[in-house]
Amino acid sequence: MSTHVHTEAKSRHPLLRFASRWLMTTNHKEIGTLYLWLSFLLFFIAGALAMGIRAELAQPGIQLVEPDFYNQLVTMHGLVMVFGAVMPAFVGLANWMIPMMIGAPDMALPRLNNFSFWILPFAFTLLLSSLFMEGGAPNFGWTFYAPLSTTYGPPSTDFFIVGVHMMGISSILGAINIIVTIFNLRAPGMTLMKMPLFVWTWLITAFLLIMVMPVLAGAVTMMLTDRHFGTSFFDASGGGDPVMFQHIFWFFGHPEVYIMILPGFGIASQIIPTFARKKLFGYHSMVYATVSIAMLSFVVWGHHMFTTGMPLATELFFMYATMLIAVPTGVKVFNWVATMWRGSMTFETPMLFAIGFVMMFTIGGFSGLMLALVPADFQYHDTFFVVAHFHYVLYPGAIFGTMAAVYYWLPKWTGHMYDERLGKIHFWAATIGVNLTFFPMHFSGLAGMPRRIVDYSLQFADFNLLSSIGAMLLGLTQILFLYIVIKTIRGGKKATTQVWEGAEGLEWTVPSPAPRHTFETPPVIDHDQAH
Amino acid sequence: MSKTDNRLRRHTGLLLVLAVGMFGFAYALVPLYETFCELTGLNGKTAGQTVYSAPQSPAEDRQVRIQFLAHVSRGMPWEFRPTEGQLLVQPGILYTTEFYVRNRAGQAITGQAVPSVTPGQAALYLNKVECFCFTQQLLQAGEEMLMAVTFFVDPGLPEEINTLSLSYTVFRVEPLQAPEVVKSL
Repeated sequence: MSTHVHTEAKSRHPLLRFASRWLMTTNHKEIGTLYLWLSFLLFFIAGALAMGIRAELAQPGIQLVEPDFYNQLVTMHGLVMVFGAVMPAFVGLANWMIPMMIGAPDMALPRLNNFSFWILPFAFTLLLSSLFMEGGAPNFGWTFYAPLSTTYGPPSTDFFIVGVHMMGISSILGAINIIVTIFNLRAPGMTLMKMPLFVWTWLITAFLLIMVMPVLAGAVTMMLTDRHFGTSFFDASGGGDPVMFQHIFWFFGHPEVYIMILPGFGIASQIIPTFARKKLFGYHSMVYATVSIAMLSFVVWGHHMFTTGMPLATELFFMYATMLIAVPTGVKVFNWVATMWRGSMTFETPMLFAIGFVMMFTIGGFSGLMLALVPADFQYHDTFFVVAHFHYVLYPGAIFGTMAAVYYWLPKWTGHMYDERLGKIHFWAATIGVNLTFFPMHFSGLAGMPRRIVDYSLQFADFNLLSSIGAMLLGLTQILFLYIVIKTIRGGKKATTQVWEGAEGLEWTVPSPAPRHTFETPPVIDHDQAH
Repeated sequence: MSKTDNRLRRHTGLLLVLAVGMFGFAYALVPLYETFCELTGLNGKTAGQTVYSAPQSPAEDRQVRIQFLAHVSRGMPWEFRPTEGQLLVQPGILYTTEFYVRNRAGQAITGQAVPSVTPGQAALYLNKVECFCFTQQLLQAGEEMLMAVTFFVDPGLPEEINTLSLSYTVFRVEPLQAPEVVKSL
């Protein structure tokens, strides 16, 4: 009988072998790959929801979707993009790259790593299943303000709450793992101030995650008890205060914004020196700027709430604190430009995305400064100007950052070079798409078009048509991106170990594709090892 | 090797404690927020207790407009409105105004009015000597009545505030329940 069991184990169905390999893997590269594919899938789902929004807004009037379903589209688009596309993509990159960049054999807590990932598919199944439920999906916007989400929320709100709890647990555990890895598994000689900036920015992001995801968990728990267990945290009739919800939410929400951008800063800081063939300008100031941005992010949440009836003194405090963030951010932009200055630049696809990141993220930063001004914000609040602003920081910031990273490291992951011509087409089409989609929103917003409403006045028709055409183009370019990635995985020119002529750092010392296990014995760090 | 393991365990533990602590911090924000608002009046909640002290010397040369608003909460079958839309008052002098309320339902209902002052900074300067919001009201089916509030505006009201609004929302309560609310008003 024992022989029977033995042979059965050996001749397991390949599908079972495949499943158990990916379900039970504790390898940081495989988990990184899982994260990246999941985020890619969710990126397409959330993108499809955005296509629904733009299709409806292509013309004034209500053509395609019911107003309530429109609200569900907006809510789910935001939630899935933030928690499903951007955050897991960055965690996937961290998993793949951080151990290789600091010369560690793996993440410090590999089983926890597997657990953090496998929570996510279930969390998003829960969240997305609400789209098919009676009463519809959550329809109160990704910010789920009380009382919209408490008193007036649809029954599926509870699925949303449990989903957010699970995503939160996944992020917190992932962040703990990253910090512990960086603090304990660096190769000898890899001091903190020698770490590549991607590692630095992720270290700071991980601390932000650990400090604010529990606050989000607290907020949704209060919602849950308000809805079902008779508490009244946010219910004025029981002595609570709905404005307090906004304070708690944005105490989480503003650091969350930086969680979605800091790893992007790190990626740009890796790529630009490579293709400028110069060392990063102002490494130390980059680190300090990142730390200051992270610390300031805890004291600016009120700028989302200028119109809630805050007293003048509070508005002034939040306004000045917000504008202060422009200083370290300016330091970063200056350093990137100074790195390129008189460099021997070439413009491969990762570099194009990185430069696009710097330029368009800065546009989003400037509109952010406009929104930070209290008197101006009263006009801009809840208009499409805000939509234009945060899409300019998130699309060219988080998404272009991720794409730059994928093109940059894809040869290391797959052992093949991607198709440079297609990559360049992807970049230019996406850049045109981003600007065509989001730039007109500045104008419709300044002219007073409110956000989160299914219909709009006739005078906004032209701007909206432009945005919708741009959005469809942008959607198509991402299908091209998927094609390029699959094509690279399946074949292509062999990548060398260093891949890029100007690339420096430990990840470029291992063969391409990177073997399953790297740095089982710690590498030796040169005295003047590059950052 | 075990030295590294211990460090790993210690760091993991510390970070978990930090995460749990931040979850607690979210709950700590609730009393913090309430205390902060109580001290500053920022969310428009009035100081609450009856003010017994006689008004100080009135500010002769100043007039402040007070607007009265009345709402009922969702599902509350009461008619509720101020008898006067607004009053011009002199800070430091006592005034009384009345609110009309009628129970439109076919059964007795108990209500609790919750005041709110806008702008929030003015909340600390609006002193109520007597107010229907200090107690719960029991109205029989179809019963109507006038409810009085006696108040004065503290002469220390900041110069830039010329108009303030006093808004009441009536919530349905179970009689003799929700003592927490009443205490904090």
